[in-house]
Amino acid sequence: MIEGSVLGMVDGVHTFFKDGLRLDGRKKDELRPIKIKAGVLKRADGSCYLEHGGNKIMAAVYGPREVHPRHLQHPTRAIVRYRYNMASFSVDERKRPGPDRRSVEISKISREAMESVVLKEQFPKTVVDVFIEVLQSDAGTRAAGINAAAVAMADAGIPMKGLVTACAAGKIGGEVVLDLCKEEDNYGEADMPIAIVPRTGEITMIQMDGHMTFDEFREGLELALKGCRQIYELQREALIERYKSGVEGEE
Amino acid sequence: MDDNDILTEIHRDQMYNLLQRKEREDGRAFDEYRKISIETGVFERAEGSAMVKIGDSMVAVGVKMQPGEPFPDTPDVGVIITNAELIPLASPTFEAGPPGEDAVELARVVDRGVRESGAIDLKKLCLVEGEKVWLIFIDIHILDHGGNLIDASALGAIAALLTTTIPNRRYGIAEEDEPLPVKDMPVSVTMIEFEGNLLVDPDYLEESVASAQLTVISNSDGSLSGIQKLGSGPMRVELVEEAVKLGIEKGKEIREEHLLPLMKTA
Repeated sequence: MIEGSVLGMVDGVHTFFKDGLRLDGRKKDELRPIKIKAGVLKRADGSCYLEHGGNKIMAAVYGPREVHPRHLQHPTRAIVRYRYNMASFSVDERKRPGPDRRSVEISKISREAMESVVLKEQFPKTVVDVFIEVLQSDAGTRAAGINAAAVAMADAGIPMKGLVTACAAGKIGGEVVLDLCKEEDNYGEADMPIAIVPRTGEITMIQMDGHMTFDEFREGLELALKGCRQIYELQREALIERYKSGVEGEE
Repeated sequence: MDDNDILTEIHRDQMYNLLQRKEREDGRAFDEYRKISIETGVFERAEGSAMVKIGDSMVAVGVKMQPGEPFPDTPDVGVIITNAELIPLASPTFEAGPPGEDAVELARVVDRGVRESGAIDLKKLCLVEGEKVWLIFIDIHILDHGGNLIDASALGAIAALLTTTIPNRRYGIAEEDEPLPVKDMPVSVTMIEFEGNLLVDPDYLEESVASAQLTVISNSDGSLSGIQKLGSGPMRVELVEEAVKLGIEKGKEIREEHLLPLMKTA
């Protein structure tokens, strides 16, 4: 799935395009291939396996369930916890297991991206635990994690105002493009992941790092919003597929 | 927790009522900062330092430098390490212990501004390629939590860096110490969303009632080097665009008023 080096070099400068296409053959506004499957784990209340380009993500949702430790419980609503974790073998150079600063930040912003859609008041004193395991990473793991989490939450039957869908736009070789792959992310100029609630069109997460002008920011936002709408359809299809295929040996 | 919730609720009502008259509790305009003061060179043992106040918020930033090993994938550039501590003396809600997610996020957002703006010429901080480069430690200590800690910390970081001297003599690198090469002045501008309005530079209470916050980091040429939404509240697309634009404008004002003078004296 992950190509070797798809980047070209001209005079020591990376080139990102060939014949108007990106080096993995995509157009500027084209997503990488995405596969989503809901309900893949037996123990979890809800689950999802998602591939997005070379990203392979497993999501599990437990709850609403009793909160441990107790002092975290909220008297009038459920709390949401989100753990983004990268497997040590998910990257080229082995990652030391356990949370690092990057994953702490990603867990926080991902939780915040999901929290507002959950009808938390229906389940006081409980927790909805979301666990994301990145098994193979290829840029855009936080967005892929959120997309998987939303499907897994719906699969768990958590009452929500809508799904959450995430997608990134970025800037490579001076051009604003949709959905950076690993090489584009490593050598590109900017990356901007966003998450939206497609039903309301509102943004629940946005981050940007790199270098962009205001006009490029607007162009990127536009592209990412379009990307989200495409991914939303795939999330819906995965859920419809899950319940069409019936219940196999589960409660 | 319950007490806080009730207070927040009361406060939210009050803010809402003021909002109808386009007012904020402390009389500021929606796009107005509290009083900003920056003092540099405050800690003599540090290579660069700054004490920043924005309203009631107070942040101390110290920069230390020492030679060390570069990262294997970037053998010829210096290394920036940013750390923030929300120490318990600054707020009854801060607890001792390893940095929590708020501290980690704060440090990473500040770090992103410094790094992605290219403010520091890291290539010039290579001593022996693959073996020895300068490590720059930016340590942020929050002393008083009056809201908008990100902007205060980011301002402290760049102010401290602008006045940092590379300690060549201490490590036997060169005969003379020299100023740290700083090329740009990223400024962070944070806004909260409240009932569809943007309020710049939220104070402690405004922050506590806000469900969404947006930080925009811009450079001298008006380009962006970072954006971060904090909080779980959703924001409309148009409001995010408006916030980014406003962030760039306010960033320019702060840079001209507070950072350019430092550049001249440096």
